[in-house]
Amino acid sequence: MREEEIRDIIFDILLEIAPEADLKTLPHHGDLRKTLDIDSFDFLNLMIGLNERLGVDIPESDYEKLNTLSNMLTYLSARLG
Amino acid sequence: MKKKTMAWETIKKISDHFRVQPNLSDYDLTCAEFSWENIRKELDGLPDGKGLNIAHEAVDRHANGPLRGHLALRWLGENDTVLDFTYGDLQEQSNRFANVLQNLGVKKGERVSVLTGRLPQLYIAALGTWKTLGVFCPLFAAFGPEPIYQRLQRGDVKVLVTTERLYRKKVIDLKNRLPKLEHILFVDEVENAGEGLWSMTKMMAEASGEFTIPPTDPEDMAALHFTSGTTGMPKGAIHVHNAVLIHYMTGKYIMDFHRDDIFWCTADPGWVTGTSYGIISPLLHGITNIVDEADFNAERWYKILDKQKVSVWYTAPTAIRRLMRMSTEPRQLHDLTNLRLIHSVGEPLNPEAVIWGRDLLGLPIHDNWWQTETGGIMISNFPSMDIRPGSMGRPLPGIEAAIVSRVAEDKVQVVQERNVEGELALRPGWPSMFRGYLHDEERYRSCFTDGWYLTGDLARRDNDGYFWFVGRADDIIKTSGHMVGPFEVESGLMEHHAVAEAGVIGKPHPMIGQVVMAFVSLKPGFEPSDELRRELIGFAREKLGSAVAPKEIKFQGNLPKNKAGKIMRRLLKARELGLPEGDISTLEEER
Repeated sequence: MREEEIRDIIFDILLEIAPEADLKTLPHHGDLRKTLDIDSFDFLNLMIGLNERLGVDIPESDYEKLNTLSNMLTYLSARLG
Repeated sequence: MKKKTMAWETIKKISDHFRVQPNLSDYDLTCAEFSWENIRKELDGLPDGKGLNIAHEAVDRHANGPLRGHLALRWLGENDTVLDFTYGDLQEQSNRFANVLQNLGVKKGERVSVLTGRLPQLYIAALGTWKTLGVFCPLFAAFGPEPIYQRLQRGDVKVLVTTERLYRKKVIDLKNRLPKLEHILFVDEVENAGEGLWSMTKMMAEASGEFTIPPTDPEDMAALHFTSGTTGMPKGAIHVHNAVLIHYMTGKYIMDFHRDDIFWCTADPGWVTGTSYGIISPLLHGITNIVDEADFNAERWYKILDKQKVSVWYTAPTAIRRLMRMSTEPRQLHDLTNLRLIHSVGEPLNPEAVIWGRDLLGLPIHDNWWQTETGGIMISNFPSMDIRPGSMGRPLPGIEAAIVSRVAEDKVQVVQERNVEGELALRPGWPSMFRGYLHDEERYRSCFTDGWYLTGDLARRDNDGYFWFVGRADDIIKTSGHMVGPFEVESGLMEHHAVAEAGVIGKPHPMIGQVVMAFVSLKPGFEPSDELRRELIGFAREKLGSAVAPKEIKFQGNLPKNKAGKIMRRLLKARELGLPEGDISTLEEER
């Protein structure tokens, strides 16, 4: 799967959680939770959403590896081949 | 209604198995011999009998003695920086902050708020505020502008400590509605900008590191903690310096602090737990207090427990349930051998979590119960006492708790029979009891009936005196361990031009207790759609912040109302959950 497709799916889920967010200007390397003011429950829902949409199993112990958009894309791309 | 309580096996405590002999080894004996006078004797008081001040007991008395060089606070930054503060450092820094406040003209009883993440400056500001006899009024950084406005306005806050980013995002637009807010202290600006905008760093550097705490009456106001109401906006619970007796006593008997302990309370000081136990209690005992800037992160948390050699840990059910999701064996990956005691608060801890602690961490988790109004832990599982998983434990020495039923407007009856549900009540008079709701004497009075403080929580007591939580008596929502008032959420939603009415409930959730859920009816000319639902969620998040905004919104033509026109949240909830609708005699016809 191409990185842009993964990004679109991330944005789709984020739009449900934080619909007010301006995702076009989302910094690639900024902490996602801080930038978007999403709490740890929102973040958990994002992880669950990614698992459902992409079929990638993301264990709780890996969550810190998905703290920024850039890290999230790297992590997911590696697992989607 | 009578219920059987015993379902899970009791976790036995065997006295010669303790790594450290607990400070409270015999519950009944300690209760029988207990007096607040004796607890007071374990504290110093201000020199020359000038009263009792939290900051003196927490910092100065250690800094002026052999613990001066002992590590008081270790701050772990998000980017892995570590900042250490000895008791001597905390004394000097809090003295500087106290002088800054005095230079700004802050007088006794005036409120100082902090709106930051968990930064060292937050802790220094709290301590410095107590030194000047100002009143510390913490705010949670995940609040949006509206909850912040409500608290700053209702609290008559004079000084706000914050960051440039939070100020710009959440406070600047409120400024002209807050005439009493005179000074903003930025923790991350290097120069003063004029017009009441100051650099805290610069002001601190220029202030003296010497400060003498003025005489402090134990009844002087020390903290203002806002808590959610069911019918109105949040109310500010007033706490006084004398509360320090509870913070000390619970540190001794429940947290079981011993000289070399390293303590980590994961709560944010924006909530009462993070102040009473994240700041005051460990410092009173002269031990090391860990503060982590980052929010929950399972891997990070295990690393902190391991690397920082945490010995006593106070956390929350939501976090424990997140750790339970992991398929790994924590003790195979992390060295948790320093950990000897785990406590939990925020909402009832489910029995599975207590047992999980015993099996996976090697330590059962001790649940306890208290609320903003009580100022400190009131009912708890003690280290030396057998745990009944699912129970909140037994009352503290010096605390009288009962199950009561309201029999008339001004009359309650103590339920003597065991295992019977009723309202949890406490006998007023403990040192950390709230002394009022600021500017709302009537609401304060209404909390007391017939010689009891009524907690609003429903519970039952078993044959051996263990208390078991049943539910809330009102509509207040408990989400991720935080209280959210439905009225505050409804008011926020009503400000959207498409919303005619809103009713907000706490929908049960296995991970975070309850999720804030809103039912919305629309004004004529608006149709329900996914787009509008998202717009409302975004609108509420911007206004209320992620800690308060609804996570779920459902459109409904008409919301059920009683004859007085009040939305019946109870009925909305029953219908959403498919539960019996109960007494609907007051329900007005639904059109």
